[in-house]
Amino acid sequence: MNAHTDTIDEFVASDYKYGFVTDIESESLEPGLNKDVVRFISAKKNEPEWLLDWRLKALQHFEKMKSPTWPQVKYPPVDFQDISYYSAPKKKGDGPKSLDEVDPKLLETYEKLGVPLHERARLAGVAIDAVFDSESIGTTFKEDLAKAGVIFCSISEAVQKHPELVKKYLGTVVPYTDNFYATLNSAVFSDGSFVYIPQGTRCPMELSTYFRINAANTGQFERTLIVAEESSHVSYLEGCTAPMRDENQLHAAVVELVALDNAEIKYSTVQNWYPGDEQGRGGIYNFVTKRGVCKTNAKISWTQVETGSAITWKYPSVILQGDNSIGEFYSIALTNKAQQADTGTKMVHIGKNTRSTIVSKGISAGKGQNSYRGLVQVGKKATKARNFSQCDSLLIGDKCGAHTFPYIEAKNPSASIEHEATTSKIGEDQIFYCNQRGLEPQDAVNMIVNGFCKEVFRELPMEFAIEAQKLLDVSLEGSVG
Amino acid sequence: MSSATANETAPTPIEAFARVEQAGGPLLPLRKTGLARFAERGFPTTRDEDWRFTSLKPLADLPFLPTLEPSDQAFNQTEINGITFGRHDVDRLVFVDGHHSSDLSLISDQPDGVTVSNLADSLSELKNDISSLSANDENPFIALNDAFFTDGALIRIPSNGRLAKPVHLVFLSTAAGDGQAAHVRNWIDAGDNAQGTLVESHLSLGQAATSTNVVTETRIGAGANLEHIKFQDQSDSTVHLASLHSELSKDARYAFHSLALGSRLSRNNLRMRLAKPGIECVLNGLYMTHSDQLADHHMIVDHAAPRCDSHEYFNGILDNQSRGVFHGRILVQSDAQKTNAKQTNKNLILSDHATANTKPQLEIYADDVRCTHGATVGELDDDAIFYLQTRGLDTKTARRMLMHGFAGEIVDRIQHDGIREELDQLVWNRLEDKHHLD
Repeated sequence: MNAHTDTIDEFVASDYKYGFVTDIESESLEPGLNKDVVRFISAKKNEPEWLLDWRLKALQHFEKMKSPTWPQVKYPPVDFQDISYYSAPKKKGDGPKSLDEVDPKLLETYEKLGVPLHERARLAGVAIDAVFDSESIGTTFKEDLAKAGVIFCSISEAVQKHPELVKKYLGTVVPYTDNFYATLNSAVFSDGSFVYIPQGTRCPMELSTYFRINAANTGQFERTLIVAEESSHVSYLEGCTAPMRDENQLHAAVVELVALDNAEIKYSTVQNWYPGDEQGRGGIYNFVTKRGVCKTNAKISWTQVETGSAITWKYPSVILQGDNSIGEFYSIALTNKAQQADTGTKMVHIGKNTRSTIVSKGISAGKGQNSYRGLVQVGKKATKARNFSQCDSLLIGDKCGAHTFPYIEAKNPSASIEHEATTSKIGEDQIFYCNQRGLEPQDAVNMIVNGFCKEVFRELPMEFAIEAQKLLDVSLEGSVG
Repeated sequence: MSSATANETAPTPIEAFARVEQAGGPLLPLRKTGLARFAERGFPTTRDEDWRFTSLKPLADLPFLPTLEPSDQAFNQTEINGITFGRHDVDRLVFVDGHHSSDLSLISDQPDGVTVSNLADSLSELKNDISSLSANDENPFIALNDAFFTDGALIRIPSNGRLAKPVHLVFLSTAAGDGQAAHVRNWIDAGDNAQGTLVESHLSLGQAATSTNVVTETRIGAGANLEHIKFQDQSDSTVHLASLHSELSKDARYAFHSLALGSRLSRNNLRMRLAKPGIECVLNGLYMTHSDQLADHHMIVDHAAPRCDSHEYFNGILDNQSRGVFHGRILVQSDAQKTNAKQTNKNLILSDHATANTKPQLEIYADDVRCTHGATVGELDDDAIFYLQTRGLDTKTARRMLMHGFAGEIVDRIQHDGIREELDQLVWNRLEDKHHLD
């Protein structure tokens, strides 16, 4: 097709809608990583002694670690001394008591991003915690949630108000020694969300966190902890955007999920950090550790739509510790321009009759490189463990790459593990067929991609599914194969 | 350098090399480089991604005693006839502990231009060929082989030529002392449109903890068609390390079958380079392990040209505390449009203590390709056993039939009738004396 190159170019040049910068006075720490920085962050948040100790231990451990080289991504070494580890919008006096007192500029920012923070957002029926650089600026629907006994607040607030819960669970799923970026996060994490669902409670609304990086030269290190007590249920969504800048910014988050007996946690992500330009300049380095642990009969389901970031390096995992527990992973990863993604999951089967499902859809376009990397591990005692994995890759254009690196380790004879993967491109015959039926080539591509991703969209909460579908359409604009 | 010197009195590879250096020969520069490369890297550990599941402890525990001189043990033709494939009408080339035995070999008259001989007598002529295909491999065992190899097969088929009969390469390990290490090097060169069948057997005539390190380089010309069957059935105390480097030309067809039944630790590194369009490459393997055996197949199929097909099929039957390891990487470079690649690894676990590790990988830089891979791990299907029981078969026979069928998926791909039938029977017999049938 003649138009092929033109449209690919157009596609690569398509705009990043969320690239604006909010002009707000902020308080940033000088770049650098040392004990004083950790102490500063801890003091700023008025943290108890045990937490500061924990952070310092993490820092000490971090200094001995080396940056991992195994992912299928290329980037210049990150200078950890050149990053500011704390940045927050400047507060007047003691800070806002409620959302009404929050700086209108911040509210405007979220308005512009399409995230309704105001109580009129009641219609949307979603409670939101908004994190701006290193600080949470407000959480909606706190009272309504409190009635149900649900705690939903920033993790800094949780440290103050519910220290016993934080202390009990923080670092139990992702210890501070876990991996390079998780260790860094443990030392310098700034804010994030904390969710606690009491026993037997079904959270009355969807919970959501919206992460926004604004300040330049900063890294965002958020930490999210979700605890679902016995027989409870929660659905949690997260979204992320950042301004367009020429330099790379680091985002190293840790998310820990604890699903106690019979509990269910559904965690959905739409990640749309600034991806950088077609030359690979700028964009967010998204190095994230996400892991959940399932007790007896519990279920954790990860759904992710990854369209942003210059580099995504992320493996939401489930440790199926309890008998009959279930882990799920549904992922769409789109790499375009010069984006690189190395993402997948780990399913660790420890308990009996544990089940896991992995559905991963990778789409590569432009000069994007997309890798699926996953581990399915069945321990000796995981009798009758079941796993089904499916990893499909779609290639659009001839400069991109799609890779699959699954690891399977089975130590139990009654385990049943199936892995399938396919790689293909959108067929000219498919597009031709759609053209015949009167569809424009672009619409045909969108339709085919949406069909390709359908199994994952189905897993998203409805509003999110529509959002995600639009996001994919926008990202694919002009990509006629 | 980690632990080749576990035994204080045994020489290290560096010390042992003095004798090689003394012997000299046209390949001394290659041998020296090999030693230097090995000294630099040492034995891999499980921290190396490529050796993650394969601990070399069984090897590291042994002294390093390369069998640089032929042994004086005597065998006769009758003994050799009794081994697997011994009765087929083939040309036979026998190597004992890495040294050619002309007494045991049986080579008929070959058509013009065909060479079936040992390689040690033609080193000067092969100076530029040996290591030309394996040189870029980081694997330290290739470096070690460069330094210490004693002999191996040289097979050359000219353009449009064919082998008169299948060639059976027999590698016997007879050394009685633990740590004796045979280093074997094979060079196989099939010209354009050449044809042939090659069988490679690795067997032991003793129970000593010996090791074999074999490096095979095969160059396959345009339109050539080669079938290569490797049968490894060494004693359970041995270590078997093999590397196969193949470069294929336009429209060539190469089928490599690997049966890994023996050795305490066996590793097959397979490196296929599909350099020209229209190639069909089949890698087909079966591993059956028991007690504390470990069988590892590690392959990279490099699609460097358009319109090539590659298929990898590996089935494993794992019993007792044994472990099966599969690593398969299909690399499709950006020029390799219209690639059709398929990779499957199936594992049958028979015991509570056996482990399967599988890593089927795709690395794709071209868009117009069809690549699939699949991996399964599981036990025998209860429904299938039940079905056979309803047909009047006892459980034991039902299980054996299903396992035989599972192995048969691989064995059936061997084109040579006689060899396929013999292997099929051999698998059936091996399954018979297994306790897990009950």
